[in-house]
Amino acid sequence: MLEPAVAIFILLSLILYALMGGADFGGGMWDLLAAGPRALRQREAIARAIGPIWEANHVWLILVIVLLFTGFPPAFAGIMTALNLPLTAMLIGIVLRGSAFIFRKYDAQLGRAQYRWSTVFGLASFFTPFLQGMILGALTTGQIRVVQGRVMSGFFAGWLTLFALACGLFALALFAFLAATYLTLDTRAEPDLQNDFRRRALCSGLALAPIAGVVFLSSKHGAPQMYNGLTRWWAPLLLVWTSLVSVVALVALWRRWFALARIAAICQVTLILVGWCLAQYPNLVTPDLTVDNAHAPPITLRLLLLALGAGTVVLLPSLAFMFHLFKGKESS
Amino acid sequence: MAMSLAFHIIFAALGIGMPLLMAVAEGLYLRTGKTVYLDLSKRWSRGTAILFAVGAVSGTVLSFELGLLWPGFMEKAGAIIGLPFSLEGFAFFTEAIFIGVYLYGWDRLAPRLHWLAGLIVVVSGIFSGVFVVTANAWMNAPAGFKIVDGTITAIDPIKAMLNPASFHEVLHMTLAACVATGFLVAAVHAFFLRRDRDNSFHRGALGIALAVASLSIPLQMLSGDFSARSVGRLQPAKLAAMEAHYRTQNGAPLLLGGVPNNETRTTEYALRIPRGLSLLLADNPNARVIGLEEFPRGDWPNVRIVHWSFDLMVAAGMAMLALAVWSGWLWWQRRSLPDDPRLLGALVAAGPLGFIAIETGWIVTETGRQPWIIYGVMRTENALTPMPGIAVPFVIFTALYIFLACIVFFLLRRQFVETAGTASETSRTSIHA
Repeated sequence: MLEPAVAIFILLSLILYALMGGADFGGGMWDLLAAGPRALRQREAIARAIGPIWEANHVWLILVIVLLFTGFPPAFAGIMTALNLPLTAMLIGIVLRGSAFIFRKYDAQLGRAQYRWSTVFGLASFFTPFLQGMILGALTTGQIRVVQGRVMSGFFAGWLTLFALACGLFALALFAFLAATYLTLDTRAEPDLQNDFRRRALCSGLALAPIAGVVFLSSKHGAPQMYNGLTRWWAPLLLVWTSLVSVVALVALWRRWFALARIAAICQVTLILVGWCLAQYPNLVTPDLTVDNAHAPPITLRLLLLALGAGTVVLLPSLAFMFHLFKGKESS
Repeated sequence: MAMSLAFHIIFAALGIGMPLLMAVAEGLYLRTGKTVYLDLSKRWSRGTAILFAVGAVSGTVLSFELGLLWPGFMEKAGAIIGLPFSLEGFAFFTEAIFIGVYLYGWDRLAPRLHWLAGLIVVVSGIFSGVFVVTANAWMNAPAGFKIVDGTITAIDPIKAMLNPASFHEVLHMTLAACVATGFLVAAVHAFFLRRDRDNSFHRGALGIALAVASLSIPLQMLSGDFSARSVGRLQPAKLAAMEAHYRTQNGAPLLLGGVPNNETRTTEYALRIPRGLSLLLADNPNARVIGLEEFPRGDWPNVRIVHWSFDLMVAAGMAMLALAVWSGWLWWQRRSLPDDPRLLGALVAAGPLGFIAIETGWIVTETGRQPWIIYGVMRTENALTPMPGIAVPFVIFTALYIFLACIVFFLLRRQFVETAGTASETSRTSIHA
């Protein structure tokens, strides 16, 4: 039971990264797409929303990586070798985005350079999550082959397929939707801005449906094991729930129940990632590396779980405190 | 990788040292109520924030880079030393949360709570450094596993984390962060004080930075001595290379500088202190010290690089110790901030010394361990990624880090210039008050 427990923690970190870091990426996209008479104020609202929590949101990704290499070292080595190219590109995206953000946040003198950094920030906010979606997609294609710890499929397997590209697009749309939904709450005090972000949330939320369809259809050939997973007994149930919360999110946005919309959007992202993981379980890298054959020895897993438990005890109150301080009602 | 780590170690050291200065300043403000200290902790927290944000980005890159460049190493080592990395993840997380709270919480928290947030940043920063250094120490003194027929068994991550090199490496690195940050910050404010000696903002800043630096450098010398003895015990080949000591002998001399020659197995032009090495390592002028000749030629690190880096580190440490003694003596005489123009000039010149010592010390640990990536267990060449054209990612990552370093430099310079501008204003207002 140790391996699935660590896997669940990895999934949780991934979900939290998507919910927090992903929304930051979405914020960057809306920053680049800011338009109309209120473009500048939209950008300011985005910067205010991301500012205090950006660094902490980012650490979830580091957590996913360290958990992977502690709990499943062969899988980590295999993924890092087979997907070396897109991962390197993604890191370039993260560095550019981070630097642009740091510049905008901390440069003492504002000016034209600020605008240039904004463009870098926005472009990298598209580029990076697209690659992240591709990378996650590539792991499920079954094209990455690892035999006795050696990657046999070269450096281009999996991530250049139609399915992986569709996953990239899906990640983009999902993060954009998430960010716009959060921003409707962050702009409570400014109804005109709130309207802007409501419209954006509705558009991106509607765009999600056809992209999800493409992902599903392309998975039949692009990720057959995933497709089989999605047709297991629990799948319709999960699909119904996911569709339900998606519709609730859209309706709530339409009716301006923004707090409800945020909860529904969070549930939606969580259900999507949970479904994706269930469909691919027990594979880590389909089909050769699984939770059962690529894990660290039990003592490491046990200590890791202890550390995770202790870490959670420290972390959760701190996180709650931070969000209470910066996202609580009185702060608006 | 080496390049990335060489950059990251600077961010990391400042990431431990800067919060300390900032928290000390705020603590002084709470005690004395002088606004100049409040102003100071706000300024320093801006610097801390920039460094932390860049550190967060460079840390993300590093965690991936471990796998992208060294999949072989990670596959073997992940299960053994992944634990401190995971703990580091949490420590870093705590730091990230409270740095946000600290920076944006000036108006939202009671003063003491706000200071507490700063202290949490300091403690979690130290912890994340400690965890990462234990992983490095493990590469030097691998423990907590057995190798039977080429496969790793009997893994004990706790033993690996508390390996024999952990204690001295952790102590030495944590103190190094305080020393290096203290002297660097002291240099910046000494520079401004040379122009404007009565500026209370810079006087307060210099006082805090100099106190932190001067208190930690003597401790650092002691921990350095302790480290060298531990290395002599754990990695005699590394120690021999550090001291350019080729032949095993009783009553070994201490060699300063010189040109180590692997062919003749002698070190030419060095300053020799008879029996010095034996005395330093064993408190006994006749003690026997093992030389490089005891090890196969293929197991030698690059003696010149290791020896020169080591001597440079020690020299930098000695120079800083001298400065600390000088400042302390001036303070003892006058019971006020030492602002002798000659001392200020020397402090400005000594600004980079701490970081020179960190970098050269880092070179000693890493180059001194070669040709092993895990000492005595795995050779570096066996850990490298099979990716063809490995030079390309090396170049990419190096370029990324140079890019980050430029950004930090540019932003901090802007901050300092701004500080200089508004600081004179604050000092004026605080005089009025």
